[in-house]
Amino acid sequence: MDFQVVILAGGFSSNLVPLVSKEVPKALLPVANRPVLSYVLDLLESNNLKDLIVVVEGEDAALKVGGWISAACVDRLHVEVAAVAENVGTAGALRAIAHHLTAKDILIVSGDIVSDIPPGAVAATHRRHDAAVTVMLCAQPVSGPSESGGSSGKDKTKKPACEDIVGLDSWKQFLLYIAKGTEIKKDTRVKKSILCAAGKMELRSDLMDSHIYAFKRSVLQEVLDQKPAFRSLKQDVLPYLVRTQLRSDVSSDQNNVEEIGNGKDNMQNNEVVLSQILSNASLPSFHQVYESGLDSRKTHKCCVYIADESKFFVRLNSIQAFMDVNRDVIGDANHLSGYSFSAHHNIVHPSAELGSKTTVGPHCMLGEGSQVGDKCSVKRSVIGRHCRIGSNVKIVNSVVMDHATIGDGCSIQGSVICSNAQLQERVTLRDCQVEAGYIVCAGGEHKGETFARK
Amino acid sequence: MESRRNPRAVVDPKVRQVGFFTSSQPDSSSTQQQQQQTDPIPASASSPPVSTISPSGNSLSPVMIPPPRLNSSDTFPLRGAAAGASSAVSPSSFSYSNRRDFPDGSTTASPGRHSRGSFVKSSAPVASSLPGIGMDSMAAAKSSSVPASGLTTVSVVTMPPGLAEKASGMEVQSDQKKNPKSLKEKTTKAERRAIQEAQRAAKAAAKADGGKVPPGTSASVASTSVKVAKPAKPSTQKNEVSVAAGVTEKKGGPSEKDRKKDAPHPRMQYDDESRVVKAKRRAVVKQTEAKNRVELFRHLPQYEHGTQLPDLETKFFQLDPMHPAVYKVGLQYLSGDISGGNARCIAMLQAFQEVVKDYSTPPEKNLNRDMTAKISSYVSFLIECRPLSISMGNAIRFVKNRIAKLPITLSESEAKAALQSDIERFINDKIIGADMVIVKHAVTKIRDGDVLLTYGSPTAVEMILLHAHELKKKFRVLVVDSRPKLEGQLLLRRLIKRGISCTYTHINAISYIMHEVTKVFLGASSVLSNGTVYSRVGTACVAMVASAFRVPVLVCCEAYKFHERVQLDSICSNELGDPNAISKVHGREDINYLDGLTNNANLQFLNLMYDATPSDYISMIITDYGMVPPTSVPVIVREYQKEHLLV
Repeated sequence: MDFQVVILAGGFSSNLVPLVSKEVPKALLPVANRPVLSYVLDLLESNNLKDLIVVVEGEDAALKVGGWISAACVDRLHVEVAAVAENVGTAGALRAIAHHLTAKDILIVSGDIVSDIPPGAVAATHRRHDAAVTVMLCAQPVSGPSESGGSSGKDKTKKPACEDIVGLDSWKQFLLYIAKGTEIKKDTRVKKSILCAAGKMELRSDLMDSHIYAFKRSVLQEVLDQKPAFRSLKQDVLPYLVRTQLRSDVSSDQNNVEEIGNGKDNMQNNEVVLSQILSNASLPSFHQVYESGLDSRKTHKCCVYIADESKFFVRLNSIQAFMDVNRDVIGDANHLSGYSFSAHHNIVHPSAELGSKTTVGPHCMLGEGSQVGDKCSVKRSVIGRHCRIGSNVKIVNSVVMDHATIGDGCSIQGSVICSNAQLQERVTLRDCQVEAGYIVCAGGEHKGETFARK
Repeated sequence: MESRRNPRAVVDPKVRQVGFFTSSQPDSSSTQQQQQQTDPIPASASSPPVSTISPSGNSLSPVMIPPPRLNSSDTFPLRGAAAGASSAVSPSSFSYSNRRDFPDGSTTASPGRHSRGSFVKSSAPVASSLPGIGMDSMAAAKSSSVPASGLTTVSVVTMPPGLAEKASGMEVQSDQKKNPKSLKEKTTKAERRAIQEAQRAAKAAAKADGGKVPPGTSASVASTSVKVAKPAKPSTQKNEVSVAAGVTEKKGGPSEKDRKKDAPHPRMQYDDESRVVKAKRRAVVKQTEAKNRVELFRHLPQYEHGTQLPDLETKFFQLDPMHPAVYKVGLQYLSGDISGGNARCIAMLQAFQEVVKDYSTPPEKNLNRDMTAKISSYVSFLIECRPLSISMGNAIRFVKNRIAKLPITLSESEAKAALQSDIERFINDKIIGADMVIVKHAVTKIRDGDVLLTYGSPTAVEMILLHAHELKKKFRVLVVDSRPKLEGQLLLRRLIKRGISCTYTHINAISYIMHEVTKVFLGASSVLSNGTVYSRVGTACVAMVASAFRVPVLVCCEAYKFHERVQLDSICSNELGDPNAISKVHGREDINYLDGLTNNANLQFLNLMYDATPSDYISMIITDYGMVPPTSVPVIVREYQKEHLLV
């Protein structure tokens, strides 16, 4: 379909600090014991997109991601991994791989999403409108833990009230305005010309940018070339394109057609009539109406695709989101996990060992080779592979990654224990994050803390 | 359905009027003079019609619609049907003589002429006594359906050398046309039957001849015909044009059959459940059928709008065999981004050009066949997105015909280039070129001080108006529009931008506004061979009011949109639009009184897309072949349309 897919798998994210590290780049962060990147790859594969470019920040991270992909996706997908320098931003990353982009349109997918929204829909909308950029918007997920209410007291992991503010036209087809909710303090500027042309703008804060974009390649490359200062796709490139949609500096295909037609007078005449017939027949967007009003101006279209609310979508960009994703993937959105659930709505690997009187509740996951001692209780939690958990341990609403060791009598609620971490006896954690390899001393009682080596 | 139809059968079927007919009862008091007054244009197509008609002349009350042309409206359906049927259905009886003229024109009087036009049965005994038998019976047999290969040989044997050569030459040509593949390999059922018939005729002829012909005819038949065919092969391309007229007529039988086979049935009966299920299994687009459909229109597809587009969109990357260009066009049809006969046709053809450009023949396959299959699959996808318009059907026929006619000797790149240029030529000549010619013709009908009425947003009419304005003609335009599409507003916008003075009104007010109108220009989706104009819904109403007010109605339609079908009403073939479009007013939530009633079992929405305007209301059809009365449509269909396919 003449689309190239670029996955921006990022590298190190400061939002996820104790969880990600040199060893575990963001893309490989486990969600229900699978790297988050695998969800993206699965989604694309199920949509028959098998030719992918994965861009990772940093050489080391790229090596790790590449290694994992080659092991996991061999024979299934054709993936190319590109390493870019750290801290170049998303726009910088695309600039670095721009010479690999050849298709007419580029689909850019963030590597940290867990979703079942078919990316084809974005591409189709993009094609249908012949847009310069199409953004997928989806309903803002209900953040925070569900009914059992674990980590309510934590300010740091809480999401801002509204992520994005988007302005749509009355048919909800075009993007008129976009800004990050956090950036807007008191007032903001909206282009008057856009407002006049569109007639009506609907400002919404209940939608958020899903970081799945379809760009026209020529437009994207031109913007990246012209504006070397642009670092981020979302914060620089996209608002720029939206802002300038009525006085476009980027050349769209239509002009090329006219240039080609210049050869013969008759040919050109026909060409003009042809395009006229076509444009007259189609329902004009406000762009065309505006364009026809002022002859010299060129426009490009910024479209949106609003995903169905029933679809699942989460971006793994904060610790809270990480907890939510883990909970949802083995809970409500379990069709994404790819596992088959037992009759008790949980997944206990056959090689896992459970002690006597230990209960594993619904919406739980117990990885391969893990051992759980006697009289333990596991609720709504994910436990990785080869973990050793002592007796009398209570784990609720938590994520325990591979090879963690938890001593007897611990109580863990709403926390993340990274791989190889060790909890000695009788530790009580509530809304804490424990870095990989960290050892928490016995008998401590902690609430809302982050354990990391300095 | 049954119970409804029965009582109707009692009524005289000829007078069953479903379209727009102002009066149904015949009135004997209508005088000859009136007839003439109302009907000046069909009588003389080239003379300006306005002069004879004075709208103010009739003393009509402003609102009342007078019953016009009573007699003709009554007899019309019958007449039209008969004419149409003869031209479209059976090529044998009516067009036959036409074809016949061809060989005779070049030869001296042939003795068997008086028996021509008769069928095999009668021709055989008559011809037996004359030297010209072979030729005669051959032609007769051929007209009945196809190959006549058996008879050619007979003619070769018995004919004088000059005649025989010509006849066999003709024969070869037509064979080439009919089955570009080998004759022996593929004979369809009809062809086999034709052979059989021909052989029977030959036998009868032989018997009558007194055993002059050797008994082994049937065996030698095939071999000789092939022999004749081989040397003639390279010359076919050159001769094509010269024989075109003759060949087209002969082609009647097989090409029609092919068409039926190729194009997915244009009028699938959607109330036939088994077929619907079958079609669904093949479908790419998932479609949920709407529940509350108007009984009379059950046979037309109607789907829950809004369910198809998201579904199709999500499958964007999964439809591997679909070409992106075709997919895009399909999406645009489905979402209504492209509408209008010309635009849809052009968009489709351009997509096909892309397809041809990116095409490469798979190994061990034949370009002609594989490409035809591909195009067919694309076409069925497009049909799922939106039913084809007749113009598109004609264009598809053209493309397929070109593919089938590609000489096998061409290399792939040559064939592709040839196809692309063919499609390009179709767009330039048949659509844009045709529009230019139409504009040229129509502008002569616009005079200073005219008030022109148009309905909707027809491309050709818009070009006419703009051109007339460029010529500094002083006229005013009345744009009549209707819900829910409000296409007229877009036209209005463009006209006003050029400085044309316009009036805008909705179709509800048509009878008031018609007083000041001097001419009505309408567009058409298609013109059928009985002169019926198939167009945007509402056109018939405008035409009827106009003709009631004695205002000439000029329909602008490119000849590629003509179709040989005959249609008397707008029920049997139509398209149903989105019912929500009429139940809701966009942006006016306060007046959406029907909210929540959409699925009420007692409520059915009917949003028809097209209607059929009977030819009575149409003064003239302006096409690229000139201005003709609606009665002349079959001539254009017969004389020119086949030619399109052969160009």
